[in-house]
Amino acid sequence: MTRLMNCPDPSPAAPARRTFFTQAGVGVALLALAPGVRLVDLARARAEDEPVTSANRWGLLIDTDKCQSGCDECVSACNEEHGIVGHGRPETDAQWIRKVDLKDDQTGHELSIPVLCQHCEEPPCVDVCPTGASFRRDDGIVLVDKHICIGCRYCMMACPFQARSFIHEELTGQRTHAPRGKGTVESCTLCVHRVDKGEQPACVEACHREGHDALVFGDLNDAEDQLTKLTRASATRELRPELKLNTSVRYTRF
Amino acid sequence: MSQTIFHPSRSSRAFWGTCGVLVVLVLIGLFAAHHMESAGHWVTGMTNRVVWGMPHVFAVFLIVTASGALNVASIASVFGRSDYKSLSRLSGLLAAALLIGGLSVLVLDLGRPDRLIVAMTHYNFRSIFAWNIFLYTGFLGIVVVYLWMMFEPRMNRFVTRVGTLAFAWRIILTTGTGSIFGFLVARETFSSALLAPMFITMSLSFGTAVTLLLGALVFRLKGENLPAELTGKLARLLGYFVLSVGLLVAVSHLTHLYSAGHQDIERFLLIDGRPYSLLFWIGQVLLGTLVPAVLLLSDRFKRAVSVPLGALLVVIGGLAQLYVLIIGGQAYPMSIVSGFSESSTFFDGVIAMYRPSLPEWGLGVGGMALAALIFLVGTRVLPFLPVPTPDQPRA
Repeated sequence: MTRLMNCPDPSPAAPARRTFFTQAGVGVALLALAPGVRLVDLARARAEDEPVTSANRWGLLIDTDKCQSGCDECVSACNEEHGIVGHGRPETDAQWIRKVDLKDDQTGHELSIPVLCQHCEEPPCVDVCPTGASFRRDDGIVLVDKHICIGCRYCMMACPFQARSFIHEELTGQRTHAPRGKGTVESCTLCVHRVDKGEQPACVEACHREGHDALVFGDLNDAEDQLTKLTRASATRELRPELKLNTSVRYTRF
Repeated sequence: MSQTIFHPSRSSRAFWGTCGVLVVLVLIGLFAAHHMESAGHWVTGMTNRVVWGMPHVFAVFLIVTASGALNVASIASVFGRSDYKSLSRLSGLLAAALLIGGLSVLVLDLGRPDRLIVAMTHYNFRSIFAWNIFLYTGFLGIVVVYLWMMFEPRMNRFVTRVGTLAFAWRIILTTGTGSIFGFLVARETFSSALLAPMFITMSLSFGTAVTLLLGALVFRLKGENLPAELTGKLARLLGYFVLSVGLLVAVSHLTHLYSAGHQDIERFLLIDGRPYSLLFWIGQVLLGTLVPAVLLLSDRFKRAVSVPLGALLVVIGGLAQLYVLIIGGQAYPMSIVSGFSESSTFFDGVIAMYRPSLPEWGLGVGGMALAALIFLVGTRVLPFLPVPTPDQPRA
């Protein structure tokens, strides 16, 4: 501190030069880091013959402050991504992600949150499925094997979040990366086909595109991941915490 | 004690006429199932909220009743009451027929019934449903062996042992069926250890009622009556079973009423939630419990009327009870975020609408008819019916 005080006064041009070098440095650093960030993304991609392991645990953090009431871009993106088309029968049409409007019974505070498969660590749907069609990958993604689902709907009875849909009628416009089947049960796959390629789920991308950034996807097992940092930085909660399911989808700020 | 002689039922116009009606009902059930599978389940009243509907009410009723239909055989061979022996074979046949009827409804309601083989080859042993597949097929196998022990004189000495196994098995089976609902920890309307013992008493009650009804039918078709003394004993027993079910139902609701968290659900099921509250009070409590209890336990009424009427009311009350339990339990909204009111395009926070469709009725009634048909044809093919004793009055 004393040494600083003893320094000669800088010339008037010095601040401008310093600012220039600082900004240039940041720019160069960003240019250097950007491919690196992309490389990190690519590093998340998994080769087709590479097994899924518990080294990752994919999850989602939903910031309820940023999630806009009336916005359903995440729902539309999910429907588009997976070829989910309604038949004008909302009680039997499939919904993998839905916006739920909430009102605090005591204070009247209102908010809107997306609800989807919570990808539980202890998924009740997996426990009750008689054939093992409902299963949890080692990386935490809960899926339905459409080849051995017999359509008994016991998993729908067991799901604490009503996050599953039964396909009540003939399907059209299926996507090759998201096979579905009449008479079977389905739910959010966390866009597993994208995740395996190192990409983000469609709902997360859509939310980012809209400028809300209410959804953050990442690896809960990676201490350096943005998702993990955010979950450590603020209080988060899971839905139906009394069931102790340790969900991979977490909500913050409510 | 003289040896009971058995014979098959007589071929008569009334017998084949009844079988004809049942065949038509079975065909309607098959057509309904085909329609549901080809068009998809949207043609039913079932939705993403009420995922189990009328077929499940019938299927669970038939499966639970199948276990209870073995009461007579159990009383004879496990508890050594030889006076029940004359109806033991009939009891075994009825149990198998009801189980086949119930399982048929359950399988034909699946989204993919063509994948039944998958259910036989892929097991998740953490699933109570998978355990039930073993319990049902095992029960069927044990009943067949049990009947063999009864039919084959050289094997008669094993009847008690196999009967004891069958008795234990059916208690486990109804425990398993009750646990299908009891293990649903996420749903406040179901999650309860009380459902297992409740299902056991329900099976004793419904099974005895159906034994009295179908037993009376098959005897009537050959121009006889069910043995009067045995009918009286079974009717009295049924009266006590009905009261036992009533007690467990009362305890279950009182326990829920005691906890603040369950009071809204109880209010829905018992007061506000029509048609469930009406079905509970009128179908389950009045017609299914109080009236049959009086009819079956009081000596004031003519047995020829009070017993079949009481048994029929137990069946109607049983179906009402399962409707309230299975469908009412799903219709009430599940709270996802505690302390918040919820609304969405997926019907969060609202009472789910459910109206059973014709295909569902067709499939359910078809399953009941299939059970009755197997029972009747069984009595025609093999000697299940006891030859009446000289003191037994003819119809």
